[in-house]
Amino acid sequence: MILSGHNLTIGYSDHVVGRGLDVALATGQVLALLGPNGGGKTTLLKTLLGLLAPQSGEVRLGDRALASLTSRERARLIAYVPQFHVATFAFTVEAVVLMGRTAHGNLFSRPSSADRAIAARVLERFGIAHLRERPYTMISGGERQLVLLARALAQEPQFVVLDEPTASLDFGNQGKVLREIRALAASGHGVLFTTHDPNHAMRAADRAYLLRDGARVGEGAIGLILNKAQLERLYGTSIETVNDSTGRTAFLPG
Amino acid sequence: MNRSAIPGMAVASAVLVAGLLLALMVGRYPVSFAELFGVIAGKLTGHAPAVPSAVENVVWQVRGPRVASAALVGAALAIAGTAFQGLFRNPLVSPDILGASSGAALGAVLGIYFSLGVFAIQAFAFVGGLVAVAAVYVIGGAVRARDPILVLVLTGVVIGALLGAGVGMVKYLADPYGQLPAMTFWLLGSLASIGARDIAPLGVPVALGTLLLLALRWRLNVMSLPDEEARALGLPTGPLRVAIVAAATLVTSASVATAGVIGWVGLVVPHIARTLVGPDFGRLIPATALLGGGFLLLIDTLARTVSAVEIPLGILTALVGTPFFIWLLASVSKTWS
Repeated sequence: MILSGHNLTIGYSDHVVGRGLDVALATGQVLALLGPNGGGKTTLLKTLLGLLAPQSGEVRLGDRALASLTSRERARLIAYVPQFHVATFAFTVEAVVLMGRTAHGNLFSRPSSADRAIAARVLERFGIAHLRERPYTMISGGERQLVLLARALAQEPQFVVLDEPTASLDFGNQGKVLREIRALAASGHGVLFTTHDPNHAMRAADRAYLLRDGARVGEGAIGLILNKAQLERLYGTSIETVNDSTGRTAFLPG
Repeated sequence: MNRSAIPGMAVASAVLVAGLLLALMVGRYPVSFAELFGVIAGKLTGHAPAVPSAVENVVWQVRGPRVASAALVGAALAIAGTAFQGLFRNPLVSPDILGASSGAALGAVLGIYFSLGVFAIQAFAFVGGLVAVAAVYVIGGAVRARDPILVLVLTGVVIGALLGAGVGMVKYLADPYGQLPAMTFWLLGSLASIGARDIAPLGVPVALGTLLLLALRWRLNVMSLPDEEARALGLPTGPLRVAIVAAATLVTSASVATAGVIGWVGLVVPHIARTLVGPDFGRLIPATALLGGGFLLLIDTLARTVSAVEIPLGILTALVGTPFFIWLLASVSKTWS
Protein backbone atom coordinates (compact mmCIF):
# COMPACT_ATOMS: atom_id res chain seq x y z
CA MET A 1 0.00 0.00 0.00
CA ILE A 2 1.14 3.56 -0.63
CA LEU A 3 0.43 6.70 1.40
CA SER A 4 0.82 9.65 -0.91
CA GLY A 5 0.28 13.39 -1.14
CA HIS A 6 -0.42 14.93 -4.54
CA ASN A 7 0.30 18.59 -5.29
CA LEU A 8 -0.46 19.54 -1.69
CA THR A 9 -0.92 23.06 -0.43
CA ILE A 10 -0.56 22.77 3.32
CA GLY A 11 -1.18 25.20 6.16
CA TYR A 12 -3.67 26.60 8.62
CA SER A 13 -6.74 28.71 8.02
CA ASP A 14 -4.80 31.95 8.40
CA HIS A 15 -1.69 31.15 6.40
CA VAL A 16 -0.16 28.80 3.84
CA VAL A 17 2.91 26.88 4.99
CA GLY A 18 3.87 24.95 1.85
CA ARG A 19 2.86 24.54 -1.79
CA GLY A 20 3.21 22.05 -4.62
CA LEU A 21 4.28 19.15 -2.42
CA ASP A 22 4.27 15.58 -3.75
CA VAL A 23 5.29 12.82 -1.39
CA ALA A 24 4.93 9.04 -1.38
CA LEU A 25 5.62 6.37 1.21
CA ALA A 26 5.31 2.63 0.56
CA THR A 27 4.88 -0.07 3.18
CA GLY A 28 8.18 -1.69 4.20
CA GLN A 29 9.98 1.60 3.60
CA VAL A 30 11.35 4.34 5.89
CA LEU A 31 11.14 7.96 4.77
CA ALA A 32 12.93 10.70 6.73
CA LEU A 33 11.63 14.26 6.58
CA LEU A 34 14.46 16.78 7.00
CA GLY A 35 14.61 20.54 7.03
CA PRO A 36 15.15 23.66 9.09
CA ASN A 37 12.73 24.78 11.79
CA GLY A 38 9.62 26.47 10.42
CA GLY A 39 10.08 24.79 7.05
CA GLY A 40 6.79 22.90 7.26
CA LYS A 41 7.84 19.44 8.49
CA THR A 42 5.22 19.16 11.21
CA THR A 43 2.50 20.68 9.02
CA LEU A 44 3.23 18.15 6.26
CA LEU A 45 3.26 15.36 8.85
CA LYS A 46 -0.16 16.35 10.19
CA THR A 47 -1.56 16.67 6.68
CA LEU A 48 -0.40 13.15 5.79
CA LEU A 49 -1.87 11.87 9.06
CA GLY A 50 -5.24 13.37 8.14
CA LEU A 51 -5.20 15.60 11.24
CA LEU A 52 -5.02 18.70 9.08
CA ALA A 53 -6.90 19.01 5.79
CA PRO A 54 -4.79 20.14 2.82
CA GLN A 55 -5.85 23.49 1.36
CA SER A 56 -5.58 21.99 -2.09
CA GLY A 57 -4.36 18.70 -3.53
CA GLU A 58 -5.14 15.31 -2.08
CA VAL A 59 -3.73 12.73 0.34
CA ARG A 60 -4.38 9.17 -0.85
CA LEU A 61 -4.10 5.90 0.99
CA GLY A 62 -3.85 3.11 -1.57
CA ASP A 63 -6.70 3.76 -4.01
CA ARG A 64 -8.80 5.76 -1.54
CA ALA A 65 -8.78 9.45 -0.62
CA LEU A 66 -7.68 9.84 3.01
CA ALA A 67 -10.42 12.42 3.55
CA SER A 68 -13.09 9.84 2.67
CA LEU A 69 -12.10 7.55 5.57
CA THR A 70 -13.71 7.83 8.99
CA SER A 71 -11.35 8.65 11.85
CA ARG A 72 -11.74 5.04 13.00
CA GLU A 73 -10.84 3.57 9.58
CA ARG A 74 -7.89 5.94 9.35
CA ALA A 75 -6.58 4.98 12.80
CA ARG A 76 -6.53 1.32 11.77
CA LEU A 77 -4.19 2.20 8.89
CA ILE A 78 -2.01 5.07 10.13
CA ALA A 79 -0.60 5.42 13.63
CA TYR A 80 0.88 8.61 15.04
CA VAL A 81 3.75 8.74 17.53
CA PRO A 82 3.89 12.27 18.94
CA GLN A 83 6.90 13.66 20.75
CA PHE A 84 6.63 12.31 24.25
CA HIS A 85 5.06 14.73 26.69
CA VAL A 86 4.22 15.01 30.35
CA ALA A 87 0.79 13.46 30.73
CA THR A 88 -1.87 15.11 32.88
CA PHE A 89 -3.16 11.93 34.49
CA ALA A 90 -1.16 8.98 35.79
CA PHE A 91 -2.53 6.22 33.56
CA THR A 92 -0.60 2.96 33.76
CA VAL A 93 1.69 2.05 30.87
CA GLU A 94 -0.71 -0.76 29.98
CA ALA A 95 -3.68 1.66 29.85
CA VAL A 96 -1.73 3.99 27.54
CA VAL A 97 -0.91 1.11 25.19
CA LEU A 98 -4.53 -0.13 25.32
CA MET A 99 -5.62 3.30 24.09
CA GLY A 100 -4.03 2.20 20.82
CA ARG A 101 -6.88 -0.33 20.54
CA THR A 102 -9.54 2.40 20.56
CA ALA A 103 -10.20 2.27 16.82
CA HIS A 104 -10.80 -1.49 16.99
CA GLY A 105 -13.74 -1.16 19.40
CA ASN A 106 -17.08 0.63 19.12
CA LEU A 107 -18.15 3.85 20.83
CA PHE A 108 -19.13 2.24 24.13
CA SER A 109 -16.72 -0.71 24.29
CA ARG A 110 -13.86 -1.22 26.71
CA PRO A 111 -10.64 -3.12 25.93
CA SER A 112 -11.29 -6.86 25.56
CA SER A 113 -9.03 -9.72 26.62
CA ALA A 114 -7.86 -9.94 22.98
CA ASP A 115 -6.90 -6.25 23.18
CA ARG A 116 -4.98 -6.96 26.40
CA ALA A 117 -3.13 -9.81 24.72
CA ILE A 118 -2.10 -7.49 21.87
CA ALA A 119 -0.96 -4.84 24.38
CA ALA A 120 1.09 -7.48 26.23
CA ARG A 121 2.66 -8.59 22.94
CA VAL A 122 3.76 -5.10 21.85
CA LEU A 123 5.09 -4.30 25.34
CA GLU A 124 7.13 -7.50 25.09
CA ARG A 125 8.37 -6.54 21.62
CA PHE A 126 9.81 -3.24 22.89
CA GLY A 127 11.24 -4.86 26.02
CA ILE A 128 9.09 -2.81 28.41
CA ALA A 129 6.71 -5.50 29.69
CA HIS A 130 8.07 -4.97 33.21
CA LEU A 131 6.67 -1.39 33.15
CA ARG A 132 3.08 -2.60 32.58
CA GLU A 133 1.65 -1.49 35.95
CA ARG A 134 3.83 1.62 36.33
CA PRO A 135 2.25 5.08 35.94
CA TYR A 136 3.18 6.59 32.55
CA THR A 137 4.08 9.80 34.41
CA MET A 138 6.75 8.06 36.48
CA ILE A 139 8.95 6.50 33.75
CA SER A 140 11.90 8.00 31.87
CA GLY A 141 11.74 9.90 28.59
CA GLY A 142 13.23 7.01 26.64
CA GLU A 143 10.72 4.60 28.15
CA ARG A 144 7.86 6.98 27.32
CA GLN A 145 8.92 7.12 23.68
CA LEU A 146 8.92 3.30 23.59
CA VAL A 147 5.47 3.22 25.23
CA LEU A 148 4.14 5.57 22.53
CA LEU A 149 5.73 3.31 19.88
CA ALA A 150 4.03 0.32 21.53
CA ARG A 151 0.70 2.19 21.50
CA ALA A 152 1.14 2.92 17.78
CA LEU A 153 1.84 -0.73 17.06
CA ALA A 154 -1.18 -1.80 19.12
CA GLN A 155 -3.26 0.03 16.49
CA GLU A 156 -2.06 -2.65 14.04
CA PRO A 157 -1.50 -0.01 11.36
CA GLN A 158 0.11 -0.19 7.93
CA PHE A 159 1.91 3.13 8.43
CA VAL A 160 3.61 4.69 11.45
CA VAL A 161 4.30 8.43 11.48
CA LEU A 162 6.71 9.75 14.11
CA ASP A 163 7.30 13.40 15.04
CA GLU A 164 10.97 13.88 15.99
CA PRO A 165 11.20 10.51 17.73
CA THR A 166 14.84 11.02 18.72
CA ALA A 167 14.55 14.59 19.99
CA SER A 168 15.18 14.99 23.73
CA LEU A 169 16.42 11.41 24.12
CA ASP A 170 19.86 10.49 25.37
CA PHE A 171 22.38 8.92 22.97
CA GLY A 172 21.61 5.32 23.96
CA ASN A 173 17.85 5.76 23.63
CA GLN A 174 18.28 7.51 20.26
CA GLY A 175 20.00 4.35 19.01
CA LYS A 176 17.25 2.17 20.45
CA VAL A 177 14.49 4.16 18.76
CA LEU A 178 16.35 4.18 15.40
CA ARG A 179 16.71 0.38 15.60
CA GLU A 180 12.98 0.07 16.32
CA ILE A 181 12.22 2.23 13.29
CA ARG A 182 14.20 -0.18 11.09
CA ALA A 183 12.45 -3.11 12.75
CA LEU A 184 9.04 -1.56 11.96
CA ALA A 185 9.95 -1.40 8.27
CA ALA A 186 11.29 -4.96 8.40
CA SER A 187 7.89 -6.11 9.74
CA GLY A 188 6.20 -4.50 6.73
CA HIS A 189 5.22 -1.07 8.03
CA GLY A 190 5.70 2.14 6.12
CA VAL A 191 7.48 4.58 8.42
CA LEU A 192 7.71 8.36 8.15
CA PHE A 193 9.70 10.36 10.67
CA THR A 194 10.95 13.89 11.05
CA THR A 195 14.40 14.59 12.44
CA HIS A 196 16.87 17.42 12.92
CA ASP A 197 19.84 15.09 12.52
CA PRO A 198 20.82 13.93 9.00
CA ASN A 199 22.85 11.15 10.65
CA HIS A 200 19.65 9.70 12.07
CA ALA A 201 18.16 9.71 8.60
CA MET A 202 21.32 7.98 7.35
CA ARG A 203 21.00 5.39 10.10
CA ALA A 204 17.34 4.48 9.79
CA ALA A 205 15.80 5.71 6.53
CA ASP A 206 15.68 4.38 2.96
CA ARG A 207 14.68 7.68 1.46
CA ALA A 208 14.83 11.33 2.53
CA TYR A 209 12.56 14.26 1.74
CA LEU A 210 14.13 17.69 2.13
CA LEU A 211 11.78 20.55 2.96
CA ARG A 212 12.75 24.21 3.19
CA ASP A 213 10.39 27.22 3.40
CA GLY A 214 7.46 24.99 2.52
CA ALA A 215 8.98 23.71 -0.73
CA ARG A 216 10.65 20.44 -1.62
CA VAL A 217 14.35 21.02 -2.28
CA GLY A 218 15.25 17.40 -2.81
CA GLU A 219 14.05 13.84 -2.52
CA GLY A 220 15.57 10.46 -3.15
CA ALA A 221 17.40 7.40 -1.88
CA ILE A 222 19.28 8.25 1.28
CA GLY A 223 22.80 7.61 -0.08
CA LEU A 224 22.21 9.83 -3.11
CA ILE A 225 20.30 12.72 -1.62
CA LEU A 226 22.18 13.22 1.65
CA ASN A 227 25.45 14.85 0.66
CA LYS A 228 27.41 17.93 1.64
CA ALA A 229 26.07 20.17 -1.11
CA GLN A 230 22.39 19.25 -0.54
CA LEU A 231 22.58 19.65 3.23
CA GLU A 232 24.47 22.97 3.05
CA ARG A 233 21.76 24.26 0.73
CA LEU A 234 19.00 22.85 2.98
CA TYR A 235 20.24 24.32 6.25
CA GLY A 236 22.11 27.33 4.86
CA THR A 237 25.25 26.56 6.82
CA SER A 238 28.59 24.87 6.21
CA ILE A 239 28.77 21.14 6.89
CA GLU A 240 31.73 18.81 7.17
CA THR A 241 31.63 15.24 5.92
CA VAL A 242 33.36 12.32 7.63
CA ASN A 243 33.97 9.08 5.72
CA ASP A 244 35.14 5.73 7.04
CA SER A 245 37.01 3.00 5.22
CA THR A 246 33.82 1.10 4.34
CA GLY A 247 32.44 4.14 2.51
CA ARG A 248 29.92 5.18 5.12
CA THR A 249 29.34 8.90 5.64
CA ALA A 250 28.48 11.04 8.65
CA PHE A 251 27.89 14.78 8.86
CA LEU A 252 29.20 17.32 11.33
CA PRO A 253 27.58 20.75 11.58
CA GLY A 254 29.63 23.94 11.68
CA MET B 1 -12.11 -4.37 37.97
CA ASN B 2 -8.47 -4.47 38.83
CA ARG B 3 -7.69 -5.76 42.33
CA SER B 4 -5.83 -2.56 43.22
CA ALA B 5 -9.05 -0.54 42.91
CA ILE B 6 -10.92 -2.48 45.60
CA PRO B 7 -9.46 -0.72 48.69
CA GLY B 8 -10.12 2.68 47.11
CA MET B 9 -13.72 1.75 46.27
CA ALA B 10 -14.17 0.46 49.84
CA VAL B 11 -13.00 3.80 51.25
CA ALA B 12 -15.33 5.74 48.94
CA SER B 13 -18.27 3.49 49.89
CA ALA B 14 -17.45 3.88 53.59
CA VAL B 15 -17.54 7.68 53.24
CA LEU B 16 -21.00 7.49 51.64
CA VAL B 17 -22.33 5.11 54.33
CA ALA B 18 -20.89 7.30 57.10
CA GLY B 19 -22.46 10.36 55.47
CA LEU B 20 -25.86 8.65 55.16
CA LEU B 21 -25.86 7.44 58.78
CA LEU B 22 -24.75 10.77 60.24
CA ALA B 23 -27.20 12.75 58.10
CA LEU B 24 -30.13 10.54 59.16
CA MET B 25 -29.19 10.36 62.86
CA VAL B 26 -27.83 13.80 63.80
CA GLY B 27 -30.01 16.88 64.19
CA ARG B 28 -32.40 18.73 66.45
CA TYR B 29 -34.26 15.45 66.94
CA PRO B 30 -31.48 12.85 67.38
CA VAL B 31 -32.18 9.33 66.12
CA SER B 32 -30.15 6.49 67.64
CA PHE B 33 -28.57 3.80 65.48
CA ALA B 34 -30.95 1.20 66.93
CA GLU B 35 -33.95 3.38 66.07
CA LEU B 36 -32.66 4.02 62.55
CA PHE B 37 -32.04 0.30 62.09
CA GLY B 38 -35.59 -0.40 63.33
CA VAL B 39 -37.13 2.10 60.90
CA ILE B 40 -35.20 0.74 57.91
CA ALA B 41 -35.84 -2.91 58.88
CA GLY B 42 -39.52 -2.09 59.29
CA LYS B 43 -39.65 -0.58 55.80
CA LEU B 44 -37.82 -3.55 54.28
CA THR B 45 -39.88 -6.27 55.98
CA GLY B 46 -43.20 -4.44 55.76
CA HIS B 47 -43.91 -4.82 59.49
CA ALA B 48 -44.77 -1.84 61.66
CA PRO B 49 -41.45 -0.66 63.16
CA ALA B 50 -40.94 -0.96 66.91
CA VAL B 51 -40.07 2.72 67.25
CA PRO B 52 -42.18 5.83 67.92
CA SER B 53 -43.91 7.10 64.80
CA ALA B 54 -42.23 10.47 65.38
CA VAL B 55 -38.87 8.80 64.74
CA GLU B 56 -40.18 7.19 61.59
CA ASN B 57 -41.51 10.57 60.49
CA VAL B 58 -38.14 12.28 61.06
CA VAL B 59 -36.27 9.62 59.09
CA TRP B 60 -38.56 9.34 56.06
CA GLN B 61 -40.45 12.63 55.81
CA VAL B 62 -38.11 15.21 57.35
CA ARG B 63 -34.60 13.99 56.65
CA GLY B 64 -35.15 11.46 53.86
CA PRO B 65 -35.65 13.84 50.91
CA ARG B 66 -32.87 16.12 52.10
CA VAL B 67 -30.47 13.19 52.53
CA ALA B 68 -31.33 11.79 49.11
CA SER B 69 -30.88 15.14 47.39
CA ALA B 70 -27.60 15.89 49.22
CA ALA B 71 -26.22 12.54 48.03
CA LEU B 72 -27.48 13.17 44.47
CA VAL B 73 -26.19 16.76 44.26
CA GLY B 74 -22.81 15.80 45.71
CA ALA B 75 -22.47 12.86 43.34
CA ALA B 76 -23.61 14.94 40.36
CA LEU B 77 -21.20 17.82 40.96
CA ALA B 78 -18.32 15.40 41.54
CA ILE B 79 -19.07 13.42 38.36
CA ALA B 80 -19.37 16.59 36.29
CA GLY B 81 -16.06 17.80 37.71
CA THR B 82 -14.42 14.48 36.83
CA ALA B 83 -15.66 14.64 33.26
CA PHE B 84 -14.58 18.27 32.75
CA GLN B 85 -11.17 17.67 34.32
CA GLY B 86 -10.59 14.80 31.90
CA LEU B 87 -11.92 16.69 28.89
CA PHE B 88 -9.87 19.80 29.61
CA ARG B 89 -6.85 17.76 30.71
CA ASN B 90 -6.52 19.83 33.83
CA PRO B 91 -7.06 18.57 37.38
CA LEU B 92 -7.84 22.11 38.58
CA VAL B 93 -10.98 22.53 36.46
CA SER B 94 -14.44 22.57 38.08
CA PRO B 95 -17.94 21.85 36.68
CA ASP B 96 -18.76 25.56 36.27
CA ILE B 97 -15.77 26.13 33.96
CA LEU B 98 -18.06 26.61 30.93
CA GLY B 99 -20.53 28.86 32.73
CA ALA B 100 -23.12 26.31 33.88
CA SER B 101 -23.27 27.75 37.41
CA SER B 102 -23.23 31.41 36.42
CA GLY B 103 -25.92 30.77 33.79
CA ALA B 104 -28.04 28.93 36.33
CA ALA B 105 -27.44 31.69 38.87
CA LEU B 106 -28.68 34.37 36.47
CA GLY B 107 -31.73 32.24 35.65
CA ALA B 108 -32.54 31.77 39.34
CA VAL B 109 -32.12 35.41 40.39
CA LEU B 110 -34.31 36.44 37.44
CA GLY B 111 -36.92 33.94 38.63
CA ILE B 112 -36.77 35.39 42.15
CA TYR B 113 -36.85 38.95 40.77
CA PHE B 114 -40.06 38.23 38.87
CA SER B 115 -41.47 36.62 42.05
CA LEU B 116 -42.02 33.24 40.36
CA GLY B 117 -42.79 29.99 42.19
CA VAL B 118 -40.13 27.57 43.42
CA PHE B 119 -40.47 25.25 40.43
CA ALA B 120 -40.34 28.09 37.93
CA ILE B 121 -37.18 29.37 39.61
CA GLN B 122 -35.62 25.91 39.35
CA ALA B 123 -36.64 25.65 35.70
CA PHE B 124 -35.13 29.09 35.01
CA ALA B 125 -31.88 28.01 36.69
CA PHE B 126 -31.78 24.74 34.74
CA VAL B 127 -32.38 26.41 31.38
CA GLY B 128 -29.97 29.23 32.29
CA GLY B 129 -27.16 26.72 32.85
CA LEU B 130 -27.81 24.87 29.59
CA VAL B 131 -28.10 28.09 27.54
CA ALA B 132 -24.90 29.52 29.03
CA VAL B 133 -22.86 26.43 28.16
CA ALA B 134 -24.41 26.22 24.68
CA ALA B 135 -23.51 29.88 24.10
CA VAL B 136 -19.94 29.30 25.26
CA TYR B 137 -19.72 26.30 22.95
CA VAL B 138 -21.09 28.09 19.89
CA ILE B 139 -18.94 31.20 20.40
CA GLY B 140 -15.82 29.19 21.28
CA GLY B 141 -16.37 26.93 18.27
CA ALA B 142 -16.74 29.90 15.90
CA VAL B 143 -13.26 31.13 16.83
CA ARG B 144 -10.90 29.19 14.55
CA ALA B 145 -7.83 28.35 16.58
CA ARG B 146 -5.14 25.71 16.89
CA ASP B 147 -6.10 24.93 20.48
CA PRO B 148 -9.91 24.63 20.56
CA ILE B 149 -9.93 23.55 24.21
CA LEU B 150 -8.12 26.64 25.44
CA VAL B 151 -10.47 28.87 23.40
CA LEU B 152 -13.44 27.07 24.98
CA VAL B 153 -12.15 27.62 28.52
CA LEU B 154 -11.35 31.28 27.88
CA THR B 155 -14.78 31.80 26.32
CA GLY B 156 -16.26 30.21 29.45
CA VAL B 157 -14.38 32.68 31.65
CA VAL B 158 -15.54 35.65 29.56
CA ILE B 159 -19.20 34.59 29.37
CA GLY B 160 -19.09 33.69 33.08
CA ALA B 161 -17.95 37.24 33.88
CA LEU B 162 -20.74 38.69 31.75
CA LEU B 163 -23.36 36.50 33.47
CA GLY B 164 -21.88 37.52 36.84
CA ALA B 165 -22.46 41.14 35.88
CA GLY B 166 -26.04 40.20 34.98
CA VAL B 167 -26.53 38.64 38.43
CA GLY B 168 -25.10 41.78 40.03
CA MET B 169 -27.50 43.95 38.00
CA VAL B 170 -30.56 41.94 39.05
CA LYS B 171 -29.45 42.01 42.70
CA TYR B 172 -28.99 45.77 42.44
CA LEU B 173 -32.53 46.19 41.11
CA ALA B 174 -34.09 43.69 43.54
CA ASP B 175 -36.25 44.57 46.53
CA PRO B 176 -33.67 44.69 49.33
CA TYR B 177 -36.04 43.29 52.00
CA GLY B 178 -37.84 40.42 50.28
CA GLN B 179 -35.96 39.39 47.14
CA LEU B 180 -32.34 40.20 47.90
CA PRO B 181 -32.01 37.88 50.93
CA ALA B 182 -33.65 35.07 48.93
CA MET B 183 -31.21 35.61 46.05
CA THR B 184 -28.21 35.75 48.35
CA PHE B 185 -29.27 32.59 50.15
CA TRP B 186 -29.83 30.77 46.85
CA LEU B 187 -26.49 31.92 45.43
CA LEU B 188 -24.68 30.44 48.44
CA GLY B 189 -26.33 27.04 48.11
CA SER B 190 -28.80 25.31 50.41
CA LEU B 191 -30.86 22.14 50.73
CA ALA B 192 -33.06 23.57 53.51
CA SER B 193 -36.25 23.79 51.46
CA ILE B 194 -35.96 20.39 49.76
CA GLY B 195 -39.04 18.18 49.69
CA ALA B 196 -39.91 14.77 48.29
CA ARG B 197 -41.24 16.34 45.08
CA ASP B 198 -37.75 17.74 44.30
CA ILE B 199 -36.18 14.31 43.97
CA ALA B 200 -37.46 13.40 40.49
CA PRO B 201 -36.53 16.68 38.72
CA LEU B 202 -33.07 16.30 40.25
CA GLY B 203 -32.62 12.56 39.94
CA VAL B 204 -33.73 12.01 36.33
CA PRO B 205 -31.30 14.43 34.62
CA VAL B 206 -28.48 13.34 36.96
CA ALA B 207 -29.11 9.67 36.13
CA LEU B 208 -29.27 10.37 32.37
CA GLY B 209 -26.03 12.36 32.32
CA THR B 210 -24.22 9.87 34.54
CA LEU B 211 -25.28 6.89 32.43
CA LEU B 212 -24.02 8.56 29.26
CA LEU B 213 -20.66 9.35 30.88
CA LEU B 214 -20.40 5.80 32.26
CA ALA B 215 -21.12 4.35 28.82
CA LEU B 216 -18.33 6.51 27.36
CA ARG B 217 -15.87 5.73 30.18
CA TRP B 218 -13.12 4.25 27.99
CA ARG B 219 -13.50 7.02 25.40
CA LEU B 220 -13.17 9.53 28.26
CA ASN B 221 -9.72 8.08 29.00
CA VAL B 222 -8.64 8.64 25.40
CA MET B 223 -10.27 12.10 25.33
CA SER B 224 -7.93 13.15 28.14
CA LEU B 225 -5.04 12.98 25.64
CA PRO B 226 -4.14 16.01 23.50
CA ASP B 227 -6.77 16.50 20.79
CA GLU B 228 -4.56 15.45 17.85
CA GLU B 229 -3.50 12.25 19.60
CA ALA B 230 -7.09 11.32 20.40
CA ARG B 231 -8.01 11.91 16.73
CA ALA B 232 -5.04 9.89 15.51
CA LEU B 233 -6.24 7.06 17.76
CA GLY B 234 -9.52 7.09 15.85
CA LEU B 235 -11.86 9.23 17.95
CA PRO B 236 -14.19 11.79 16.37
CA THR B 237 -13.26 14.26 19.11
CA GLY B 238 -15.64 17.07 18.07
CA PRO B 239 -18.94 15.15 18.46
CA LEU B 240 -17.63 13.29 21.53
CA ARG B 241 -16.72 16.54 23.22
CA VAL B 242 -20.24 17.85 22.59
CA ALA B 243 -21.73 14.68 24.12
CA ILE B 244 -19.51 14.86 27.22
CA VAL B 245 -20.08 18.59 27.75
CA ALA B 246 -23.84 18.05 27.31
CA ALA B 247 -23.93 15.20 29.83
CA ALA B 248 -21.84 17.06 32.41
CA THR B 249 -23.85 20.26 31.92
CA LEU B 250 -27.16 18.40 32.32
CA VAL B 251 -25.96 16.97 35.60
CA THR B 252 -24.55 20.31 36.85
CA SER B 253 -27.59 22.36 35.86
CA ALA B 254 -29.99 19.95 37.60
CA SER B 255 -27.92 20.20 40.81
CA VAL B 256 -27.61 23.97 40.72
CA ALA B 257 -31.33 24.33 39.97
CA THR B 258 -32.17 22.28 43.08
CA ALA B 259 -29.55 23.34 45.59
CA GLY B 260 -28.15 26.65 44.38
CA VAL B 261 -24.48 27.30 43.71
CA ILE B 262 -22.25 24.94 45.71
CA GLY B 263 -18.63 25.37 44.73
CA TRP B 264 -15.58 23.22 45.38
CA VAL B 265 -17.27 19.77 45.42
CA GLY B 266 -16.64 19.22 41.71
CA LEU B 267 -13.06 20.38 42.08
CA VAL B 268 -11.94 18.65 45.25
CA VAL B 269 -13.76 15.30 45.16
CA PRO B 270 -12.50 14.03 41.76
CA HIS B 271 -8.98 14.65 42.91
CA ILE B 272 -9.37 12.63 46.10
CA ALA B 273 -11.08 9.88 44.12
CA ARG B 274 -8.19 9.83 41.63
CA THR B 275 -5.70 9.25 44.44
CA LEU B 276 -7.92 6.38 45.69
CA VAL B 277 -8.62 4.46 42.46
CA GLY B 278 -6.38 5.99 39.76
CA PRO B 279 -7.30 7.98 36.63
CA ASP B 280 -9.24 5.28 34.70
CA PHE B 281 -12.76 6.67 34.25
CA GLY B 282 -14.25 3.18 34.50
CA ARG B 283 -13.60 3.25 38.24
CA LEU B 284 -13.17 6.98 38.70
CA ILE B 285 -16.82 7.79 37.88
CA PRO B 286 -18.30 5.35 40.46
CA ALA B 287 -15.69 6.36 43.05
CA THR B 288 -16.36 10.10 42.60
CA ALA B 289 -20.12 9.47 42.80
CA LEU B 290 -19.77 7.64 46.13
CA LEU B 291 -17.29 10.11 47.54
CA GLY B 292 -19.13 13.22 46.31
CA GLY B 293 -22.42 12.00 47.78
CA GLY B 294 -20.75 11.22 51.13
CA PHE B 295 -18.88 14.53 51.16
CA LEU B 296 -21.96 16.68 50.59
CA LEU B 297 -23.95 14.67 53.17
CA LEU B 298 -21.28 15.44 55.78
CA ILE B 299 -21.18 19.12 54.77
CA ASP B 300 -24.99 19.38 54.82
CA THR B 301 -25.17 17.73 58.25
CA LEU B 302 -22.67 20.29 59.53
CA ALA B 303 -24.61 23.09 57.86
CA ARG B 304 -27.84 22.33 59.75
CA THR B 305 -26.33 21.33 63.11
CA VAL B 306 -23.35 23.52 64.03
CA SER B 307 -25.41 26.63 64.76
CA ALA B 308 -28.99 27.69 65.47
CA VAL B 309 -29.33 29.15 61.96
CA GLU B 310 -28.39 27.10 58.91
CA ILE B 311 -25.05 27.91 57.35
CA PRO B 312 -25.13 28.10 53.52
CA LEU B 313 -23.43 25.07 51.93
CA GLY B 314 -21.28 27.16 49.61
CA ILE B 315 -19.62 28.78 52.61
CA LEU B 316 -18.76 25.46 54.26
CA THR B 317 -17.46 23.88 51.03
CA ALA B 318 -15.29 26.98 50.51
CA LEU B 319 -13.88 26.65 54.03
CA VAL B 320 -12.94 23.04 53.31
CA GLY B 321 -12.04 23.57 49.66
CA THR B 322 -9.72 26.57 49.85
CA PRO B 323 -6.94 24.98 51.95
CA PHE B 324 -7.29 21.81 49.89
CA PHE B 325 -6.97 23.74 46.64
CA ILE B 326 -3.83 25.52 47.83
CA TRP B 327 -2.31 22.18 48.77
CA LEU B 328 -3.37 20.77 45.39
CA LEU B 329 -1.80 23.68 43.52
CA ALA B 330 1.46 23.21 45.38
CA SER B 331 1.64 19.46 44.80
CA VAL B 332 0.26 19.34 41.24
CA SER B 333 2.40 22.15 39.85
CA LYS B 334 5.49 20.05 40.58
CA THR B 335 4.44 17.51 37.95
CA TRP B 336 3.53 20.06 35.26
CA SER B 337 5.86 20.79 32.41
